[in-house]
Amino acid sequence: MNAWVKSLVAAAAFAVVASMPAQAQNYNNFNPTKESVKEEQLLNALKGDAHVAGRISIPDQKAANLIQPQGQQWRAFHEQRLPLIGGAAILGMLVALILFYLVRGRIRIENGFSGITITRFATLDRFAHWLTAGCFIVLALSGLNLSFGRMLILPYFGPESFATLTAWGKLAHNYLAFPFMLGLALMFVLWVKDNIPNHIDLEWMKQGGGLFSKGHHPPAKRFNAGQKVVFWIVMCGGIVMSLSGWFLLFPYLAGIADLQLYTTIHAVLAVAFVAAMLAHAYIGSVGMEGAFDAMGNGEVDINWAREHHSLWVEEEQAKARASAGSKAVPAE
Amino acid sequence: MARMKFLCDADRCIECNACVTACKNEHEVPWGINRRRVVTINDGKPGERSVSMACMHCTDAPCAAVCPVSCFYTTVDKVVLHSKDLCIGCGYCFYACPFGAPQYPKVGNFGSRGKMDKCTYCAGGPEADFSTVEYEKYGRNRLAEGKLPLCAEMCSTKSLLAGDGDIIASIYKERVMKRGYGSGAWGWKTAYKETVNV
Repeated sequence: MNAWVKSLVAAAAFAVVASMPAQAQNYNNFNPTKESVKEEQLLNALKGDAHVAGRISIPDQKAANLIQPQGQQWRAFHEQRLPLIGGAAILGMLVALILFYLVRGRIRIENGFSGITITRFATLDRFAHWLTAGCFIVLALSGLNLSFGRMLILPYFGPESFATLTAWGKLAHNYLAFPFMLGLALMFVLWVKDNIPNHIDLEWMKQGGGLFSKGHHPPAKRFNAGQKVVFWIVMCGGIVMSLSGWFLLFPYLAGIADLQLYTTIHAVLAVAFVAAMLAHAYIGSVGMEGAFDAMGNGEVDINWAREHHSLWVEEEQAKARASAGSKAVPAE
Repeated sequence: MARMKFLCDADRCIECNACVTACKNEHEVPWGINRRRVVTINDGKPGERSVSMACMHCTDAPCAAVCPVSCFYTTVDKVVLHSKDLCIGCGYCFYACPFGAPQYPKVGNFGSRGKMDKCTYCAGGPEADFSTVEYEKYGRNRLAEGKLPLCAEMCSTKSLLAGDGDIIASIYKERVMKRGYGSGAWGWKTAYKETVNV
């Protein structure tokens, strides 16, 4: 009986409460919220790739953005997708290189060192290369630290030392971007004429560059097709990295949606770039006997040059003979 | 423990900007930084509404998730705070924050934005409560004094509510029931993955 009364009272109370909005409308015949903007409608209208904005009376007009839901997509990219992409690209490349080393071993000079060398890269060539490479290493390490350091390094360093390290890394990243861009421009001017693809590259590609077969070297000029690919990866990648990075360096140049896009492009391209450069560094050092000298002191062994850049050696020797000949003329 | 939240009843906000001014004054926030702001949506059109917005002290905060140096932490009252000693001014929290809360003292040549600043829910920072260094870096610690954020305390129409999420939600619900309308708890779904259903 008691429970009966209680539930009756509850039901009555519920009916009163539920009818209140309706009553309010009846009394005033006016619902101020009927036309008022609702957050949910605005967010639904956005379809997730813009922001809810209005008017603001403070000077910072960017603060007129009330809600930008795409920040959560940026977060999801940064938190979930980027570690997967980065891990796959960089660790994948490392595994591939180790497998390649185990299967193919170090690529030797078939005829051994002759002791006679030929100049492959002049001082300016090597300066351009190492300027870019040096900057790239610091940029890559500081960039990887910014993206993955919290996951991989912070637990060992502790928050204070890690923050100091990352702050220095960020400064280095910001300032070394400029010599990196200078290096890119220099390398482009110095090497572009020898990096235009041609029919020799097709043949080189068809034969897999002789990478997978011992004692077999397809002919190549100053740069073979593989090196041309590296050149264009560095140029195209470098330009996109520089442009996207430029906007991040000067964040007032672009709006937040653009900055989110640029950081995403910058990050994805960066991990691919690092993976590509790992392969480049491998074949230029551990992977191939005699290759490092080209960028080391600039002098390569003539046997190495004949095996890997046969047409280039012929050209160089023809040039040398021609200049020797032309020099000899007045003496005769 | 309480779960501190903000709720802006947009049907009451008259865009007087007292919350903005009170915040700037209380914490002596430098030029160019506004920890709180009032945005007017559909300005001059029927259904115009003003919303006072600052850091919402999100559940599972995006800023904390993306910070490369992990400088954010959540207090027992679920207030999201950060350490300016650890912050490197990279701007990641600004990219991730749905509410545009993180602010930087410098506009940023060469990416040097300076240490990030944002609403602290009047709860200071990691420094010792009531210390000078805490005040200089983060502003007044009203929460430690047993007071609520000044923006909400100052609000002339009591549009901006601060306090335990359940309590302010029930106040808002009661209002909507009584007056018969409400344009919703702005930002709640985004910040707390729940909203106030009336």
